[in-house]
Amino acid sequence: MADENVFITEATIEGAEDGPLAGKRVAVKDNISTEGVRTTCGSDMLADYVPPYDATVVQRLKAAGATIVGKTNMDEFGMGSTTETSAFGPTDNPAAPGHVPGGSSGGSAAAVAGDYADLALGTDTGGSIRNPAAFCGVVGIKPTYGLVSRYGLVAYANSLEQIGPLAPTVEEAAALLDVVAGPDDNDATTRQESEARRASDSRAGDARETGANSNYADAADGDVEGLTVGVPTELVEGVDEGVRESFEAALDDLRDQGVETVDVSLPSVETAVQAYYVVAMSEASSNLARYDGVRYGVSGGYEGNWNESFADSREEGFGEEVKRRVLLGTYALSAGYHDKYYAKAQDARAWIQRDFDAAFDEADVLASPTMPVPPFELGESLDDPLQLYLADANTVPVNLANLPAISVPAGETDGLPVGMQFVGPAFGEHAIVRAASALE
Amino acid sequence: MSESVDPEEVRHVADLARVALDDDEVARFAEQFGDILAYFDALDEVPEVDREADLTNVMRTDEVRDSLSQEAALENASERVDGYFKGPRVS
Repeated sequence: MADENVFITEATIEGAEDGPLAGKRVAVKDNISTEGVRTTCGSDMLADYVPPYDATVVQRLKAAGATIVGKTNMDEFGMGSTTETSAFGPTDNPAAPGHVPGGSSGGSAAAVAGDYADLALGTDTGGSIRNPAAFCGVVGIKPTYGLVSRYGLVAYANSLEQIGPLAPTVEEAAALLDVVAGPDDNDATTRQESEARRASDSRAGDARETGANSNYADAADGDVEGLTVGVPTELVEGVDEGVRESFEAALDDLRDQGVETVDVSLPSVETAVQAYYVVAMSEASSNLARYDGVRYGVSGGYEGNWNESFADSREEGFGEEVKRRVLLGTYALSAGYHDKYYAKAQDARAWIQRDFDAAFDEADVLASPTMPVPPFELGESLDDPLQLYLADANTVPVNLANLPAISVPAGETDGLPVGMQFVGPAFGEHAIVRAASALE
Repeated sequence: MSESVDPEEVRHVADLARVALDDDEVARFAEQFGDILAYFDALDEVPEVDREADLTNVMRTDEVRDSLSQEAALENASERVDGYFKGPRVS
């Protein structure tokens, strides 16, 4: 067992004998279904839940020859950015002991950083791959919405989340994305061939946009000569001084390699965190309604009426952050408040999408610090939920706009890892892989 | 620090969400929700934006497919009766 509490369940699931991932140890976040191996979502509610089927991405890992070595620790149902809301205890950061590994895919990033796995899958709803990648000094990719199947992913906020890779290098992360990307009949939101053809008619893009026969790994060639990188000023203001110095040094490095950098503005990101939390909490309140203790999860007993049984099941099975988000989401959708919160958050989301579209008229990719701060000390951040939400400022706009983004190591501040984020246009994974690989 | 939410409002929402809470949780949430909802008020300033979503329905043909067996679907239930889930009484 890893000392850092990386895994909730260690297992050995052998894949096919041959394939692009033969001989590779892959860790899988514990909200991705594995047939016959418990999948807890970091929650007491699902502590004994054993899925009767594999997620599509797990089928693809096995077919590619990977060996799955365990199910990684995570914030409960993905709700957190430190992995401290897990019902199975916190995870230490192998790259910065005594600090959080980030979250919610903290166990997956720590598995790679501590060499407990060669590669890992995480999920990113508002930064949950990129944040732990930055805090643990590894690479993480949040794919374009619709590139990777969510079939078998335990839902938190469907309209925002994607499964994606974590790895020690950009090329390895891209190669894992090549394995899991592509259309899936079991997820109607994956991009189908016919739609991708339409999209590539209307804007620059190749016929590989669905990811079916992708070769993202080949884009990790470090060739950024002539690339234009936009820097959204709003995502650099207010960033920790040490993080900012590392970020500026990385931009200098890129300019030395022939990159042109330009300032761009995304005024709409000023309300991105608010919009993100309203949308995510609203979707969570609906998704988590399925946990009533009848089909799976902690039973609320069979005495009294069903509303009381369900409320007892959920009192016992859910931790505090999950209750907080389910309640706030219920509030945001309730009579009299829907227009004030949920409808306005949808406006804010559309506004952000429009701003990104305009920014991509001026630049090929956008760059910012992944996280505005270095990793928190363990236990430091639990008391004030709002302060923790604010640390998601640079990652959530990407999910609201359905775009791809990568976090790549960009030096250290006081011995703590710093991550640089590149954001690309929809299905522009090649561009962000290429840009990130220039920093290695 | 902004105003707390009325604890009765927290209890009402918890009731809608079917989550039982103890008194400590109600008090803590009432305070935190005041801050968080005040922060969300910034959404009032967001302009109305045309949502030009390019969406198409994705349908599959309506035909029988393989699916989980009844036994597999029931595996994780705490109690079952005659091949069905057992639930609490309906009021």
